[in-house]
Amino acid sequence: MQAKKRYLILFSAGACLILLFCFGGIQVPLSRRGPTRRDDRSLTGYRSGAQWRRFPGVVQQKRDAITGVYSGKRCRMESCFDFSLCERNGFKVYVYPQQKGEKMSESYQNILSSIEGSRFYTSDPGQACLFVLSLDTLDRDQLSPQYVHNLKAKIQSLPLWNGGKNHIIFNLYSGTWPDYTEDLGFDIGFAMLAKASISTENFRPNFDVSIPLFSKDHPRTGGERGYLKHNSIPPFRKYMLVFKGKRYLTGIGSDTRNALYHVHNSEDVVLLTTCKHGKDWQKHKDARCDKDNAEYDKYDYREMLYNSTFCLVPRGRRLGSFRFLEALQAACVPVMLSNGWELPFSEIINWNTAAVIGDERLLLQIPSTVRSIHQDKILSLRQQTQFLWEAYFNSVERIVLTTLEIIQDRVLQHPSRSSLMWNSLPGGLFTLPQYSTYLGDFPFYYAKLGIKPYSKFTAIIHVVTPLVSQSQPIIKLLVAVAKSQYCAQVIVLWNCDKPLPAKHRWPATSVPVIVIEGESKVMSSRFLPYDTIPTDAVLSLDEDTVLSTTEVDFAFTVWQSFPDRIVGYPARSHFWDSNKERWGYTSKWTNDYSMVLTGAAIYHRYYHYLYTTYLPTSLKTMVDQISNCEDILMNFLVSSVTKLPPIKVTQKKQYKETMMGQTSRASRWADPDHFAQRQTCMNKFASWFGSMPLVHSQMRLDPVLFKDQVSILRKKYRDIERL
Amino acid sequence: MCASGKYSSRGPALIPRMKTRHRIYYITLFSVVLLGLIATGMFQFWPHSIESTADWTLDKRSVHDAPLVRLPVSSPIPERGDLSCRMHTCFDVYRCGYNPKNRIKVYIYPLQRFVDEVGVPISSTGLSREYNDLLSAISDSDFYTDDVTRACLFVPSIDVLNQNSLRIRETAQALAMLPRWDKGMNHLLFNMLPGGPPDYNTALDVPRDRALLAGGGFSTWTYRQGYDVSIPVYSPLSADVELPERQPGPRRYFILSSQTAIHREYRAELERLKEENGEALLLLDKCSNLSQGAASARKRCYKGQVYDYPQILQESSFCVVLRGARLGQAALSDVLQAGCVPVILADSYILPFSEVLDWKRASVVIPEEKLSEMYTILKSIPHRQVEEMQRQARWFWEAYFSSMKAIGLTTLQIINDRIYPYASRTYEQWNNPPVVKWSSVNSPLFLPLIPPRAPGFTAVVLTYDRIESLFRVITEISKVPSLAKLLVVWNNQNKSPPEGEKKFKCPECTAIDGLSLDQTHMVERSECINKFASVFGTMPLKVVEHRADPVLYKDDFPEKLKSFPNIGSL
Repeated sequence: MQAKKRYLILFSAGACLILLFCFGGIQVPLSRRGPTRRDDRSLTGYRSGAQWRRFPGVVQQKRDAITGVYSGKRCRMESCFDFSLCERNGFKVYVYPQQKGEKMSESYQNILSSIEGSRFYTSDPGQACLFVLSLDTLDRDQLSPQYVHNLKAKIQSLPLWNGGKNHIIFNLYSGTWPDYTEDLGFDIGFAMLAKASISTENFRPNFDVSIPLFSKDHPRTGGERGYLKHNSIPPFRKYMLVFKGKRYLTGIGSDTRNALYHVHNSEDVVLLTTCKHGKDWQKHKDARCDKDNAEYDKYDYREMLYNSTFCLVPRGRRLGSFRFLEALQAACVPVMLSNGWELPFSEIINWNTAAVIGDERLLLQIPSTVRSIHQDKILSLRQQTQFLWEAYFNSVERIVLTTLEIIQDRVLQHPSRSSLMWNSLPGGLFTLPQYSTYLGDFPFYYAKLGIKPYSKFTAIIHVVTPLVSQSQPIIKLLVAVAKSQYCAQVIVLWNCDKPLPAKHRWPATSVPVIVIEGESKVMSSRFLPYDTIPTDAVLSLDEDTVLSTTEVDFAFTVWQSFPDRIVGYPARSHFWDSNKERWGYTSKWTNDYSMVLTGAAIYHRYYHYLYTTYLPTSLKTMVDQISNCEDILMNFLVSSVTKLPPIKVTQKKQYKETMMGQTSRASRWADPDHFAQRQTCMNKFASWFGSMPLVHSQMRLDPVLFKDQVSILRKKYRDIERL
Repeated sequence: MCASGKYSSRGPALIPRMKTRHRIYYITLFSVVLLGLIATGMFQFWPHSIESTADWTLDKRSVHDAPLVRLPVSSPIPERGDLSCRMHTCFDVYRCGYNPKNRIKVYIYPLQRFVDEVGVPISSTGLSREYNDLLSAISDSDFYTDDVTRACLFVPSIDVLNQNSLRIRETAQALAMLPRWDKGMNHLLFNMLPGGPPDYNTALDVPRDRALLAGGGFSTWTYRQGYDVSIPVYSPLSADVELPERQPGPRRYFILSSQTAIHREYRAELERLKEENGEALLLLDKCSNLSQGAASARKRCYKGQVYDYPQILQESSFCVVLRGARLGQAALSDVLQAGCVPVILADSYILPFSEVLDWKRASVVIPEEKLSEMYTILKSIPHRQVEEMQRQARWFWEAYFSSMKAIGLTTLQIINDRIYPYASRTYEQWNNPPVVKWSSVNSPLFLPLIPPRAPGFTAVVLTYDRIESLFRVITEISKVPSLAKLLVVWNNQNKSPPEGEKKFKCPECTAIDGLSLDQTHMVERSECINKFASVFGTMPLKVVEHRADPVLYKDDFPEKLKSFPNIGSL
């Protein structure tokens, strides 16, 4: 019996264990094993019950519903903007005609003329997608002399106002002492704001645009270059962090500046404040004022700005300050202390790459924060300040165009710029997404994407004289170019008044030859973005150019290393003629050059698109009328994009001689006015670009063994040396 | 081993004293043990089916050990989320502090089971597997801290991923009861399925004070830019189905629509597009002949033909992701996983992780109104771009969508980047897939600067002991007008460098000119090149065929007029 009992006990204990295991232990792995079963219970909500109920009607009804709910402070493009106005004519901007007797600040005048000079401008409100008021809304500080009164009534009386729909209102200052609210003092309705010092609370994302605060002296066009002339390594400057400005003692925005003295060490962190501002500053004077004021006067603002690694940009009464742009231009990395400021063009600019976004609450940590930033990072932040300054901020025109391009990107939605286009060289204004949305189609991103341009080129020969003999230079040129291993096809652009020659008159080649008859037979047509160009590279040729296959091959291999620049043979130079106070043009043999003639040059196809769409009609018409200067204009354009000179490659002797002796032939180079025209062009172009974009170079690229004392048989491009 | 252990251990001690009624006793004992066991088992099993998991060991406790918390009816309810909240207004940055690693510390609350006064749980599902995975991932990451006093960010263990399974008011009360709630400051909630019928709000409806919301399906009206984080709607297929990465390139179909709950108007529009463009479009719907359930989720049909989902997504270049009642769609994750370029039609939708991800390189966003133009728009995209987008789409899935861990840690990294912006990850780090990271060049000196001549250059001469040769180099170099400084690096430990200019003359030295070009030297250098290339993982050197010369180099031109007349004379 005892044994039985023991068995029973054993059995019960065993059963006990097994059962426990079954119910307790095993279900752990089970729950892991059955994800499909569990999903039904855990995250299946999105598979069931998600029926359309909110907007049962058609899409238009949905839009109406949205518009009703989300207006005013909750405006978004979807609810407050009428996209249909932009569909027929694209992104066109209308500026209201100026009314007599309306006073207008110089800054606002600059904004309006920048728009009127842009390719977006239309004088027909019926074509417009966006409307800009001719009433000055920049300064809405009631205490300011620039303040425009009765704006509310004036705006309401505008016949095209339409509740503010598709309008953009520019503003630099809003509110006044003591609370500096962001109210403009009139009802903006459905209008978008392009506003400085806008706070994140009031900023309507993807609807408003935050613009930088700029002074009335900010140039309308052109604009100054960044201050950085060369990179120093290690990148540290005399001061680590500087600030020099007013201290308000009381009221809005005074806290941070009042506390700055805690971090000031008068060595490499120099933060200076003065209490002197306004008439009655002495009333609010505190114990530190006298000492601070004395210290303040010891330092020069500019000297500090140019000799500091970081510049503190604390908020003033308003969130933004002039200091921000000043620091940016001076390559002094801004350290932002302005909580809640929606930084300028925040929609497209990644400010972490060019500024340090501090927190007012952590002022005391700022010195250790900036000291912890690695040298590499400082170097990159500093360069980025310069890129952003020159790309988007250095003139009123750039600020306005950037604003318009941001809105255009929203309107078009699909062909719009990616963040990389906005935040890397040459910037969004030179990168037109209507050309392509693919980064690899532009000359600027090959290295970034780790890819190479297409390894062939398309030759475009510009023809203006009739084909009468088979010994004409164009026949030789066509044959030589077509023989290049990199040639994909040849396009003959027939800009001659005589009818097209018969097909058999062109020599037989291994690559296709396409003849395009120019419709208007004008100069600019040689730079049209023809669909028939399948390659990234274009070899642009004049009909009388003399080139050998070797020269073409070599130039193309050079271009592959510099796909964003013009690579070509004959070069020219510009200079400042101080007697005549104007730019001069020279074709003399000099030790440097700044242009490469497009009668024989390789460059990226994108520049055809940019030439055609980016440049103003006025310049293109001028080129067409005089049938001259198109090459100068192309060089201006490319250098203003790259900020770099073109590249001259070596050429055979005979070519140069032919070029020099062209007077013997009836070419446009023979015209005595030709040269004078080119001087005029230089100055016209420089004035439109706002500055001289051309850059000099002293370098010529030759084949590696060029004219070296080695056997000619070892040289790959030996033909270039042969006479 | 709770109750049952007690019974069996008491058993043997009783036996000797009870001899007579042993049989009845044993039977009774056995049945009691059995019943006890069953009861225990049931007790253990039942809560599991609600809680879904048992291996949640945050506090080294299993889920059924989680203390039960009863919420009084009068328990306070947080305020609805404040739309004006931003990091500088609603987030206490002092809690994060300054630390050399620039990393936030995240605390996870211990698990609790919240029930209302009558004992009904606040959620029909309790802790879901997905939320469990998310919390585990955080607790295994470098962000995690178990020290509540050092935490910068707090993550409740209350699962609010799916609003449908929540009792809104009670969940809010539970949140407010968290010991460090403090008006939701520095608290982070994860929600993937916000809103409910009939109007499906685009953000979680649970009142949550100032808590940050990582939400799937935000619209531009509910998303607090720079405060909330837009996250993907996790697709269970990410874990269940393995889709091998396909090489980018053209696919069998041009456009594929695979979603099942498409609004009838949009479906009609898609049908119209299909009629116009035929075979290029594949328009799938759910299979009517299959029973509902797990299996049907993995099948799609077109005119009776059955396709495997999500495998079929790999057969198309573009895949349509239309909004449903909610803006965020799990289909987006499936589409990215398949390396298909998503065509997103969901007006006002804030794309997942849009704060850091450049969606223009991985997707096409088209306004819902332009659905009819979709085909034309997509056709205008260059082939090379489509390929890049396919690669980019897959990379986004792998890095940011593929698991709850990826989603959770990406969210924390984004918040981390806001708190330590100067140490934030770069655009390239977020957006470049590994293949681009390896092949791309990002020069540290990227600004096109042509430095002025004035500062000149510094010559650095490395020398061992060949004094004569060094002397010659110095003599030649010092003639250069642009030389600002000359630095000689003495690379010989056995000899001290000569002092003063006199000692540079070294008559006893027999000059061995230049390095010997013998065989071993070349072999060594070749070995170096191979070693370096293997360490770099790639060959960074590029071959070019050009050389920079002065403009008038070797030209037939008076030497006197050349800037650099003597080049090449050596």
